[in-house]
Amino acid sequence: MARAALRGRLTWQVADLVDRIDETAQVRSLVLDVPDWPGHRPGQHVDVRLTADDGYQAERSYSIATPADGTRVTITVERIDDGEVSPYLVDELGVGDKLELRGPIGGYFVWQPSDGGPLFLAAGGSGLVPLMAMVRARIGGGGHVPVRLLVSSRSPDEVIYGGELGMIDTDQAGVEVIQTFTRAQPLGWSGYRRRVDREMLDDVAWPASDNPRCYVCGPTGFVEAVATALVELGHEPGNIRTERFGPTGG
Amino acid sequence: MPSDNHVDGNAMGGLLMDAFGREMTDARGCCASCGSEHVMAELIVYRSGPGDVLRCPSCSTVLMVATPLPSGPRIYFSRLLWLAPKERA
Repeated sequence: MARAALRGRLTWQVADLVDRIDETAQVRSLVLDVPDWPGHRPGQHVDVRLTADDGYQAERSYSIATPADGTRVTITVERIDDGEVSPYLVDELGVGDKLELRGPIGGYFVWQPSDGGPLFLAAGGSGLVPLMAMVRARIGGGGHVPVRLLVSSRSPDEVIYGGELGMIDTDQAGVEVIQTFTRAQPLGWSGYRRRVDREMLDDVAWPASDNPRCYVCGPTGFVEAVATALVELGHEPGNIRTERFGPTGG
Repeated sequence: MPSDNHVDGNAMGGLLMDAFGREMTDARGCCASCGSEHVMAELIVYRSGPGDVLRCPSCSTVLMVATPLPSGPRIYFSRLLWLAPKERA
């Protein structure tokens, strides 16, 4: 009763860490069990709060990497070496430890299969996290919307979910993954090796005449360059949704 | 020149939900300076100070400043003409 009356309000909850997945040397996924989790939509995030012994608190937002799955919520965290929160989450938090969080949060940078498409997703670095929740929702039985995902990384060893991306069967899944590596490329790489630009988007994104829904997430400079180029290519600004992670991408 | 050290209104979702009791990143607002309308998620947000400064993406005018205080969130409205939460299904 009380809970129903308070729906919509955001309360801090205590989650249990049930699994950790190493994604790259700097990035780890944390699989959490949140007892009263109400479910979420791909693209949403949680706020995480750490409290020090002296009462000092630090809060950060982390995108949810997976579609709704009961009380399970997976976030993916990039370690920012001089950060206040991410080194603890990536290095210290162990299975069985508790973590305080609130969510789900976000009503704009969200997509679910019933929203339709075609869908174009552009990720810079760890900006892939909320977009991966969309891709996983789509592949996990979410309709037939055609999806193209463009992932920009500095080098192959910085690609999160790399194994999973490589296993996506485009013909079967209707989801196509295109990668660009801006600093170091895999041996024998014949694909893109530069930052995302208008010419690349002209090749990779659905044409503006298809009226695609576009989601762009990553460091601020990446997001603004991609969104600007999409508008120059004729995409409706209202069809382009953006989420900026700031200068560090985390 | 645009700087790189800002984020956007998506990051304000938790604080705004705390203040308004509902999801607000898709709420629409109007800039009192230039008259352009944007959803909260599209606002440019500078987080380096004690308060988060939310600026109009069209003209950079400060629309709101949001501060989490021990007593709860406090939002200062400066040049936000109106704010309209999205109708829920």
